[in-house]
Amino acid sequence: MLELIDTYWLYFLVGQYPQGPLGGLALTILLSGAALVLAMPLGLALGIARVSPYRAISLPVAGVVQVVRAVPLLLVLFWVYFFLPALTGVKTSQAATMLIVLVVFDSVYLAEIVAAGMRALPKGQLESARSLGLGYGAALRHVVLPQTLRHGLPSIVNQLVSTIKATSLGYIIGLSEVSFIASQINTLVFTQAVEVYLILALTYFILCFGLSRLAFLLERRLQRRTLQAS
Amino acid sequence: MFFDPTILQSGQYHDWLVQGLVLSIQLTVISFAFALPFGALVAVMRTSSLAPLRAIGATLVEAIRNVPLLAHLLFWYFAFPELLPESAREVLYANNPEVVCAVIALSLYAGVHMAEDIRSGIRAIPATQLEAARSLGLGRIAAVRLVLLPQALRASVPPLLSQTVNLWKDSSVATVIGAAELMYQAARVETASFRSLEAFTFATLAYLTVSLLISAAAYLFQRRYPVRTA
Amino acid sequence: MIVLDKVNKFYGDYHALVDITERVEKNEVLVVCGPSGSGKSTLIRTLNRLEEIDSGRIEIDGRDIHAKGGDVNALRAGIGFVFQSFNLFPHLTVLENCTLAPVKLGRESKAEAREHAMQLLERVGLAHKVDAYPNALSGGQQQRVAIARALAMRPPIMLFDEPTSALDPEMVGEVLQVMRGLAGEGMTMVCVTHEMGFARDVADRIWFMAEGKILEKATPQEFFANPRHPRAQQFLADRRRD
Repeated sequence: MLELIDTYWLYFLVGQYPQGPLGGLALTILLSGAALVLAMPLGLALGIARVSPYRAISLPVAGVVQVVRAVPLLLVLFWVYFFLPALTGVKTSQAATMLIVLVVFDSVYLAEIVAAGMRALPKGQLESARSLGLGYGAALRHVVLPQTLRHGLPSIVNQLVSTIKATSLGYIIGLSEVSFIASQINTLVFTQAVEVYLILALTYFILCFGLSRLAFLLERRLQRRTLQAS
Repeated sequence: MFFDPTILQSGQYHDWLVQGLVLSIQLTVISFAFALPFGALVAVMRTSSLAPLRAIGATLVEAIRNVPLLAHLLFWYFAFPELLPESAREVLYANNPEVVCAVIALSLYAGVHMAEDIRSGIRAIPATQLEAARSLGLGRIAAVRLVLLPQALRASVPPLLSQTVNLWKDSSVATVIGAAELMYQAARVETASFRSLEAFTFATLAYLTVSLLISAAAYLFQRRYPVRTA
Repeated sequence: MIVLDKVNKFYGDYHALVDITERVEKNEVLVVCGPSGSGKSTLIRTLNRLEEIDSGRIEIDGRDIHAKGGDVNALRAGIGFVFQSFNLFPHLTVLENCTLAPVKLGRESKAEAREHAMQLLERVGLAHKVDAYPNALSGGQQQRVAIARALAMRPPIMLFDEPTSALDPEMVGEVLQVMRGLAGEGMTMVCVTHEMGFARDVADRIWFMAEGKILEKATPQEFFANPRHPRAQQFLADRRRD
């Protein structure tokens, strides 16, 4: 096992870089982080639309959210990978495809987190902001959203964990993320499948479990703060 | 070029897609049948008064949950057979190993998520219920089985149905180990005929329909059997 | 200053405000009291359009405040509103709570707003808490900050919706003291309150409401000594018993 790690650790971590595009664990982490960051503005917008009192806005968004959540991510990945090049005429790389799909999914799930947070905030917060003369947009920006995002932070971290796990699907379209690299290593070594896949599992575990513990601690800190306030 | 629905209605491609759909449904149903009892068991372990049981339950949940389904599938298909004695391995390879390994991976993965939902359901039942049951003379196991679990399961039905939708969507990932479910067949049709639009439309409609049916069932259940607290 | 003309409001079939026609003069301190469900909170909330009305007019300084297309933000910037549950912004310090609106609405520069807020907080006795967060303050302190926050917009009218009802008894006094101070300075105030001592001492007029109607209007002397409407008599008798 140690020899295995010794020989392949760099390949596992960064793929063929710098002799090729970035891959491995670094690609997994980079893609996940980028997707979540890029999805935030869209997720915010969708979330605000979701709680809008105008049904003409909230219902279509609810519909889109329902549809995106009803289909497997893999299916959307196939759609974008096989079909987008036909539409745009540009061949999108596996990484770009994965990123687009992750951003779509993350914005939908972030929208739900934002919407839930906004609904959970006491009505008096928006009312007192509006009573001071702040418009709806200003009230959202300075009073509602700062609190919503603060309370939603544990859920957002959990969404990052989901995104990291979702990047594994890139394997199927040949993206050199960490699961794909692990399988490449397995093909090269051939006789140590158990070790290779256990290391893969352990890597995911450390990353995801670590982040979800962080989310848990954030949640606890938030609960303590709210108890202080009441 | 554009959309040729005839290939979906009959012919070889139609057959492939339908076979894929059937296998997807079978994978979902069989995995569900294993996942639910497994989930209930783990949930009971996690809420046990015995610390070692709680520890085992928590370890199982975190170990399985923090590793992506794809990595689980890779492990069970490529690594696990190496751990089996020769004879067992032969039996596995002779009997649809792709499906067997997919079911194992899906059952465990869905199972621990269901365990968490059932655990929330259990925790929602006030401790006084168990006390009342014990006061009547029921033993611990009987009290759990006859009083706690039925109430916990009813409270857990909406999130469990949501997990079932996830399981249905997750069955698509089994394509990575070569299980000939719907995504595998859709990709196969695409490669054979370049008709990506028709194949993926079929898959999309199939996934959407079943997901929305299960979600509708959840909604109706919640209306018909609202959670009645003491 | 405030004119209500045949104001009606319905919640579905429930007639919450019935043909309200009244006036509030400048510098007047008006107390609105009555049993729960009488519509007093609804009435005061229509004055800054937190609630809409179904018919009638409400004019403040001659302008119809419920007119379609009216600038509701400008209206609210000119009226101070103090809530029963304080509603301070928990993610901002006491000072930031008071400077947020004046700065973001472009009325004062950051420095001016800070200076002004310090004066107001000094006046309500909380200058030493400027950098504290609301969760570190008692209920009475939070409500006093809420009053300072409303005053920071320099409104000519202050509305109070049961400002002391959510407070522990020992903290009611400190809030009423601030309100008395404001009244003494000539602020036009409309207060929905159960604090009859405050009403007796400070109010210029009292409106007694029940079931959406103003059943009695009187000066405090008249109201407490000689209530005319039987409901008002019953109300005061119940209060005396407490």
